[in-house]
Amino acid sequence: MLITLNGDARDCAPGTSVSALLDDAGYAGKRVAVEVNLEIVPRSAHATHLLAEGDRVEIVHAIGGG
Amino acid sequence: MNHFAPAADDLLTVAGRTFHSRLLTGTGKYKDFDETRRATEAAGAQIVTLAIRRVNIGQDASQPNLLDALPPDRFTLLPNTAGCYTADDAVRTCRLARELLDGHNLVKLEVLGDERTLYPDVVQTLAAAEKLVADGFDVMVYTSDDPILARRLEEIGCAAIMPLAAPIGSGLGIQNRYNLLEIVENAKVPVIVDAGVGTASDASIAMELGCDGVLMNTAIAGAKDPVLMAHAMKLAVEAGRAAFRAGRIPRKRFASASSPVDGLVG
Repeated sequence: MLITLNGDARDCAPGTSVSALLDDAGYAGKRVAVEVNLEIVPRSAHATHLLAEGDRVEIVHAIGGG
Repeated sequence: MNHFAPAADDLLTVAGRTFHSRLLTGTGKYKDFDETRRATEAAGAQIVTLAIRRVNIGQDASQPNLLDALPPDRFTLLPNTAGCYTADDAVRTCRLARELLDGHNLVKLEVLGDERTLYPDVVQTLAAAEKLVADGFDVMVYTSDDPILARRLEEIGCAAIMPLAAPIGSGLGIQNRYNLLEIVENAKVPVIVDAGVGTASDASIAMELGCDGVLMNTAIAGAKDPVLMAHAMKLAVEAGRAAFRAGRIPRKRFASASSPVDGLVG
């Protein structure tokens, strides 16, 4: 199924959890925050929140800024 | 050895959190995280801003992280909404920051109007401030140096008012000290000059006006020697604060001799 990850189309298996997506993208255990369709998915729900076709996912982190 | 420590009990309080340092620093534009850390330490900053951005999918995720250089247990992190042009984007960014930082609810709100001036869009800023305060955030808000707007933002419940001295990154220094003075005299929450400082004397002037702190990034990170400039800014903020507390002499038009006029020889 297709989702949009940080603005780009990405193919992932049906039933993929947020945790699995983070793992796949190399961000498992990293300091990131995740939003799906404009709603925050808390860290505690990463394992149980399953992605669906067309979901718009954002993974963000902290960088230098003023 | 000089044991005079005038600032020991002179604390900055923002939303119930207290700080010895009145110099807040940004973490952008440094050449690497090591320079960021050294400059931040030279500035003596306790509150540091950071930005929230998408991770680069496909790039090496094991790159060093800003939060390793500036660990949240040593610094009070102040995520900003830099780059947001609408209230909705700013609110969204703050919610992501709160999740990223395990519920930390102190944020720097800035909603920009256009890319040329980076001036705040005050209509969007007011709207975002209302939503964020209602959502339980402690909001330190970047704004123009308009005293009426500052009052409105305080009424909404912002934790600190942060008027610009001059456009972001311009280094032009304090452009309207009378507006800043008006904001300072009316505010019951801390007033922190945010943006526009170019060199140490600018920071001192802000503090001499009675501002509670100064927030800067480019003035330090863009200097030839950022760590040395960070040190200069620390001294400037401390000097300006001490001068404000000491109470300056009034300006007089004519001279007033420092040495006694009685007992002159001859």
